[in-house]
Amino acid sequence: MALKIVKGSIDRMFDKNLQDLVRGIRNHKEDEAKYISTCIDEIKQELKQDNIAVKANAVCKLTYLQMLGYDVSWAAFNIVEVMSSSKFTYKRIGYLAASQCFHEGTDVIMLTTNQIRKDLSSPNQYDTGVALTGLSCFVTPDLARDLANDIMTLMSHTKPYIRKKAVLIMYKVFLKYPESLRPAFPRLKEKLEDPDPGVQSAAVNVICELARRNPKNYLSLAPLFFKLMTSSTNNWVLIKIIKLFGALTPLEPRLGKKLIEPLTNLIHSTSAMSLLYECVNTVIAVLISLSSGMPNHSASIQLCVQKLRILIEDSDQNLKYLGLLAMSKILKTHPKSVQSHKDLILQCLDDKDESIRLRALDLLYGMVSKKNLMEIVKKLMLHVDKAEGTTYRDELLTKIIDICSQSNFQYITNFEWYISILVELTRLEGTRHGHLIASQMLDVAIRVKAIRGFAVAQMATLLDNAHLLTGNTQRNGICEVLYAAAWICGEFSEHLEDPMQTLEAMLRPKVATLPGHIQAVYVQNAAKLFATVLRKHDGETESQAAQETSQLLIDRLPLFVQSANLEVQERASCILQLVKYIQKLQQKNVEVAEEVTALFAGELNPVAPKAQKKVPIPEGLDLDAWINEPPSGSESEDEKPKAVFAKEEPKHSRSRHTEVDEKELARRREVRKQEQASNPFYIKASPSSQKVYDAPGVEHIPVVQIDLSVPLKVPGMPMSDQYLKLEEERRQKEKAERKKKEKKKKREKRGKERKADSGPESEEDITPAHQVDIVTEEMPENALPSDDDDKDPNDPHKALDIDLDKYVPHCRHLQFIHVLHIVMCRNEFFSKTEIYDFKVVVSVIFENKSDSFLKAMEFNVLDSLNSKLQRPEGAGAHDSLTVPFQLPPGVSNEARFVFSVQSIVMPQKLKGTLTFIVKSDESSTHEKLDFKLHFTCTSYLITTPCYSDAYAKLLESGDLKGSSLRLEGINMPFHHLLARICFHHHFSVVERIDSCASMYSRSIQGHHVCLLVKTTVSIDAKCDEPSLLGNVLDEIKQTFSKC
Amino acid sequence: MIKAILIFNNHGKPRMSKFYEHYTEDTEQQIIRETFHLVSKRDENICNFLEGGLLIGGSDNKLIYRHYATLYFVFCVDSSESELGILDLIQVFVETLDKCFENVCELDLIFHVDKVHNILAEMVMGGMVLETNMSEIITQVEAQGKMEKSEAGIAGAPARAVSAVKNMNLPEMPKNINIGDISIKVPNLPSFK
Repeated sequence: MALKIVKGSIDRMFDKNLQDLVRGIRNHKEDEAKYISTCIDEIKQELKQDNIAVKANAVCKLTYLQMLGYDVSWAAFNIVEVMSSSKFTYKRIGYLAASQCFHEGTDVIMLTTNQIRKDLSSPNQYDTGVALTGLSCFVTPDLARDLANDIMTLMSHTKPYIRKKAVLIMYKVFLKYPESLRPAFPRLKEKLEDPDPGVQSAAVNVICELARRNPKNYLSLAPLFFKLMTSSTNNWVLIKIIKLFGALTPLEPRLGKKLIEPLTNLIHSTSAMSLLYECVNTVIAVLISLSSGMPNHSASIQLCVQKLRILIEDSDQNLKYLGLLAMSKILKTHPKSVQSHKDLILQCLDDKDESIRLRALDLLYGMVSKKNLMEIVKKLMLHVDKAEGTTYRDELLTKIIDICSQSNFQYITNFEWYISILVELTRLEGTRHGHLIASQMLDVAIRVKAIRGFAVAQMATLLDNAHLLTGNTQRNGICEVLYAAAWICGEFSEHLEDPMQTLEAMLRPKVATLPGHIQAVYVQNAAKLFATVLRKHDGETESQAAQETSQLLIDRLPLFVQSANLEVQERASCILQLVKYIQKLQQKNVEVAEEVTALFAGELNPVAPKAQKKVPIPEGLDLDAWINEPPSGSESEDEKPKAVFAKEEPKHSRSRHTEVDEKELARRREVRKQEQASNPFYIKASPSSQKVYDAPGVEHIPVVQIDLSVPLKVPGMPMSDQYLKLEEERRQKEKAERKKKEKKKKREKRGKERKADSGPESEEDITPAHQVDIVTEEMPENALPSDDDDKDPNDPHKALDIDLDKYVPHCRHLQFIHVLHIVMCRNEFFSKTEIYDFKVVVSVIFENKSDSFLKAMEFNVLDSLNSKLQRPEGAGAHDSLTVPFQLPPGVSNEARFVFSVQSIVMPQKLKGTLTFIVKSDESSTHEKLDFKLHFTCTSYLITTPCYSDAYAKLLESGDLKGSSLRLEGINMPFHHLLARICFHHHFSVVERIDSCASMYSRSIQGHHVCLLVKTTVSIDAKCDEPSLLGNVLDEIKQTFSKC
Repeated sequence: MIKAILIFNNHGKPRMSKFYEHYTEDTEQQIIRETFHLVSKRDENICNFLEGGLLIGGSDNKLIYRHYATLYFVFCVDSSESELGILDLIQVFVETLDKCFENVCELDLIFHVDKVHNILAEMVMGGMVLETNMSEIITQVEAQGKMEKSEAGIAGAPARAVSAVKNMNLPEMPKNINIGDISIKVPNLPSFK
């Protein structure tokens, strides 16, 4: 017997082991694949043998081949065999192989459950360890469910080596089997205070991972973590805890206040950069969450910024990178403190490291202001010229556009400058972002009316020089720009100086090499230009020019008619026929200009991308109703519904729809215009703006520059730098003028002291060069702002969102949820004394959280003078009401109670008691629960739509008293803010004009409440009842201080 | 969470790969190739972080790497990990390898990838950091090594002898590709070692 073993092992030593395999592969560099395939054949033979040592060796080799990219899943069963070997050496090989190639789809995995359970309870700690390590890689929902209890037992193992592995693997188990979180949590919590630092670290690790996804469930652990933070010396654990606090503070501002001090101490004391960096990060998070309603923390911000500056200035690139990363977080809430380090950040743009340059770019985005935009963009343009590699250059390009276009072109004072920047950007060779530039051109030209003349001139030059952009058709991302250019020239052709020349440029044969969608725009806009030319020559009898134009089109269009692109072909042939017809008319000397122009009459307004979604469904339109009679399946089935649905409703909705004819539309348009005219918040187009622009405009356009040394410079383009100079001059001049005026005033009021206008100009002092009215995007009336970000439903962490506190042992029998909402409102009868009396229905949800049956619940409230619980007739003023149901364990139900309320201008808190009987098998006890009902003023408001004209009248009437509120440190997008107010406080948006929105709501007693919310997060409010208004504003403030 | 740990040489040859999420073999190879591509074109003295989230998971991910002589050690992690902490962890990993292999070089990794896996398993488990204390890691690895030897016993001796002979015949077994050069500046965590 012994001889057999020795013989077996002697045979074995001539088998190929892992080292031999590796060596062999290295010696067969030329025919590696062939060599490996013979090896795999050998391995297959080896796997067929009974000797477990041979099998293990084979599996070990397979693990190596798997790393090289060979699929070894066919050996899964053999891997399981090796895993179940009694020898540690082989077991480890098996588990390693399994951890490398097993996954949820591996079917043999279900065979391993018992083996793993055996290994987990092995007396040898390394058997257990190896099994846990392997399992951490391939745990499936089934394995997690079956083994969760075994692993939980291991969390209290005597050996710390096992404990820490068991604690760590629990995270994977939770992910696969969320139900295990609740029972395991108390033990996990206990491990935070394990005597072994490794186990402690593992527990911190697991809770940090859990809390990162669902932080609110772990808030209760904050004191424990706080203790750990101040006592632990393990930097790894400290970093994890501090990161965790960063995730928790946004949910609990009080925590932040407590954290500031120990964190600042750590920042001062630690020598470890990683710890310092994480501390700074968390302090930033705390400051962000605190910024509302706290005295200033400028000292902490200064400390952070100062430490980050040290990081950025460090020669270590890693620290520099992280410094910039953290700086961008501060920038969001405290831009002022970062802006003073502009020099440093601009310096980083020159860094040789691309990651650092990109980070610096990110920072620049938030640092621009009206004052320094041109300067910063100029610097960036220099970098664009210098940049090597298209990726970085493209990044620069998008950043320039992002910076300029942010918050609705807020920082642009001179749109001529912006257009010329865009035109300069078109000279970039091989960029992928042509469409981005194009969309910016379109956006600006459409929305900034005053700039159209200039934009059209620039676009015409671009079209004229189209060959420069399309020179290299392979890398023609940039030719997208021509799409915009052609459209702008066509649409606003009345601004063209020489439409004929542009028309000619658009019909050059070379155009046929452009992508189809651009050609289509060319063709369509050629027709628009044609109309313009005709109108220009309108009235001249026998106009030669007009006829020449027709001839030009007739000559050139056939090229497009032959296009392979359907749209180009269709448009071209349509227009060609049209032109031919017009030519005939022209020859008969018929006036055609007007009719042709009518083809393209009317102005296109920008429409918000979400507008379509927000069109409210008109009353009475049932989208689910059948338009035609539904296809009848069988007669008998059809009979009943036919009478109810098919006959009446569809007709109704259809007829409403068709009524909207041309006249009706025109009338509505007129009404809306009037509405806008009377609306104080609507920015109207003022004719004077045009004039302001026109005067300097002509002088600005410089003389043609032809620079042959740089082939891609489009001649005739004004350089953006010149605008920079002009802008500076203009500002100087304005400043001087202002000073002059000031002096005058001084002279006039010599007696009074006035502050001299010295020092840097403030943001408000810079007046835009043109008075541009930025046309806002059209939105349907009554559109409500909505929250569109949906969470990923497949996120495995969603299942782990379990409120762990609800499971604390001293769990109440009954969970009582406070006032939910006040549902019904106004009472229809008024008493003769004209004291309004209102009824309010409060719905209360009772949830039985105990294991016993609850019955005989009685609800009682201590009435106040103002609010009284409505009791049945004949009942005393202090009698309680019986809840009309009983609650089995785990069930919840809703009951409604009616209150009568006199005054709604003050919030109210009513104390109450609920008594009930807990009935279990053995006994039944009488218990009671105290609660408070909170009637907020908000709950008396009803969302009521209001039209802007009515709203304006209301404001003008002067009956309303005003008040205002500032919310500090809100950094959510504006539409989220509006949505929150709408949702929590029952307002509706009357109108929204880019940076402010007017909102309306009405109380159940008919008080009007009007809000004007601005993006600077200030709220101006008016209401005919000042105390109601004050309370509503307080409640709004509270809502936002919670977030 | 650590999403993957990759070791490859200056030519992109994988020396060890550990993925903590499942991918097919082809995807794994592609990830290794692309990571190598990203990492190898970076200069020596620029930062060790790469926002290459396209490969594994989403934009939340970062590549954190260190380059030692002929080898790249790349960790792909998400935002719950501290960047500088992971850099230290790589350092601990390499130092541990150095201790366990006695002056580790690329060839050690080539021929003993299983051993590298076993060492790593004592440091990182299922994508989470298990142990950062080097002496603790080495103690556990050595204890397991001892167990392995005792199990092999007499039967293992001839196999070891043969393997030693095989290695002796190997002319191209240089020990000079030293990756033990760990005097690279580590700016942090003195208590880590």
